[in-house]
Amino acid sequence: MTAAAADSCRTIDDLSSAYAVTVSRKRKQFLISGAVLAAVTLIAGWMAEVDLVLFFSNIHKFPNYISRIFILDSGNLKGSLVIFDILGWFWGIGKWLRLLADTLLIAYVATMIGAIFGFIACFFAAGNLGVSTPLRFAVRRYLEFCRTVPELVFALIFVLAFGLGPIAGVLAIIVHTTGALGKLFYEVIENIDQKPVEGLISSGASWTKTMRFAVLPQVLSNFISYALLRFEINVRGASVMGFVGAGGIGQDLIEAIRKFYYPDVSAILLLIIVTVAIIDLVTERIRHRFIAQGH
Amino acid sequence: MNGDDGYSALEETALRTRYRTSFGANDRTGYVITALAAALLVFGLWHLGFSFTKFLNGLANLGNFITLMFPPSWGDTASLLRLLKALGETVAIAFLGTMLAAVIALPLSFLAANNTTVSQILRFFARRSFDTLRGVDTLVWALIWVNVVGLGPFAGVLAIAISDIGSFGKLFSEAIEASDRKPVEGVIASGGSRLHAIRFGILPQVSPVLISQYLYYFESNTRSATIIGIVGAGGIGLQLSEQIRTLEWQTVCFIIIMILITVSIIDLISTRLRIAISGNAGTTI
Repeated sequence: MTAAAADSCRTIDDLSSAYAVTVSRKRKQFLISGAVLAAVTLIAGWMAEVDLVLFFSNIHKFPNYISRIFILDSGNLKGSLVIFDILGWFWGIGKWLRLLADTLLIAYVATMIGAIFGFIACFFAAGNLGVSTPLRFAVRRYLEFCRTVPELVFALIFVLAFGLGPIAGVLAIIVHTTGALGKLFYEVIENIDQKPVEGLISSGASWTKTMRFAVLPQVLSNFISYALLRFEINVRGASVMGFVGAGGIGQDLIEAIRKFYYPDVSAILLLIIVTVAIIDLVTERIRHRFIAQGH
Repeated sequence: MNGDDGYSALEETALRTRYRTSFGANDRTGYVITALAAALLVFGLWHLGFSFTKFLNGLANLGNFITLMFPPSWGDTASLLRLLKALGETVAIAFLGTMLAAVIALPLSFLAANNTTVSQILRFFARRSFDTLRGVDTLVWALIWVNVVGLGPFAGVLAIAISDIGSFGKLFSEAIEASDRKPVEGVIASGGSRLHAIRFGILPQVSPVLISQYLYYFESNTRSATIIGIVGAGGIGLQLSEQIRTLEWQTVCFIIIMILITVSIIDLISTRLRIAISGNAGTTI
């Protein structure tokens, strides 16, 4: 054996032992994290009252429920699939479409007003516009509070204050939208090009003028895009506002589920899913146009 | 016209016709859209029954509630323990629901990804099922699961799991489709099977992405789990809606503060972990 071959042999031995060490360390790490994960899962399962016996003895009810909402429970064709009697299935279409329109209006009004509030707030929350630190801190914490408390919690409280009906829903979504959009908006502002701002300040423009001519043109297309995305989210949110009495189609949906009007559940769900899908498509088109314009 | 700007009227007209959009030829459509949007806003407020007197009365009520909220209080020790247990339930619901969803969605997402699917028909079905699962709100799933396993946090776990299977399926399959083909080709070229290619070619690439998405959803599900109790599926939401209905404003305030603290702690942990994982992503691949 030559010296060179012996040398390469040693290198390979070194390599394979180093490989073994690395692999065993990785395996050990993997095992430890797996054990921790398993322990946490067991504790969480105990806390969440997970009952596998109950689950497997009742699981047949789930497909039963799903199939039952697609079977007519009254009329001449009782017991047959809903698609054989579309009119009977969608017997409440007039009322449901009206409630769906209400839902869309709730989402629209709340998105618009929430976006206006978020728009005003974001100029005071952005770190690069020379706003005093205490004010910025206060505005940011306020926005954080608005978006962390779930909409439905606000809705529950507003229903008591403003009475049952869509206004409570609108206000709840406004608060949440202000928090969510305010944050996205100030992050957009923090990423702008500072040169136009410096240019305007150096030519003696006031703060509002600087915002109008240096900041706004850079951020507006992004703002509109985010607001449209929020509208889409808010339509989903508004469709369950009725669960706590805050208006929209959720009212009829929860009634149908609670009172076991099975085919109504599928009819209303289908209406909601189709509406949300259409809005997804339309807003995505518009958003792409705005984003294309912005660049 | 604007002699001091160095343009003659003729030049300006030429510029205006050439750069229509910059000179605000679009302004008119902009104004029309803004006017329509404002009109729809006013119509919406009117149609939804908005009135200033009602609004002011409501604000007065709300102000009243808020003054009643302070100082926040948890009532007696028994009620504090109940609230803490409910909060623990909430976190457990979010944790287990997200995990169950991820475990079920992972194999399905390979079926839904263009580069790993077994057949296009299966891929189509997988994608449409994900869309349907995502299309139904978590609260509706919760109501359905309450019919199956009864009231309690277990229904909440299953509700979060089933609606997140849809979200994870979509996100995971997109991550798989975006993965680099070269490692897969390498494994196949050195004689590996399809499963080997997935295990050694794709999984190491996508796992940091999947874990960070998991953490992100855990975070957002903690928020969802706080309200899932409103429809009887366990967690702090049940306590919260009860306290609101019985007008125990001090306890309501305490619960809201508890939720805020919990959510921000989980935000913090998951952000830390996500940064750690994406920071290490380069070295683990």
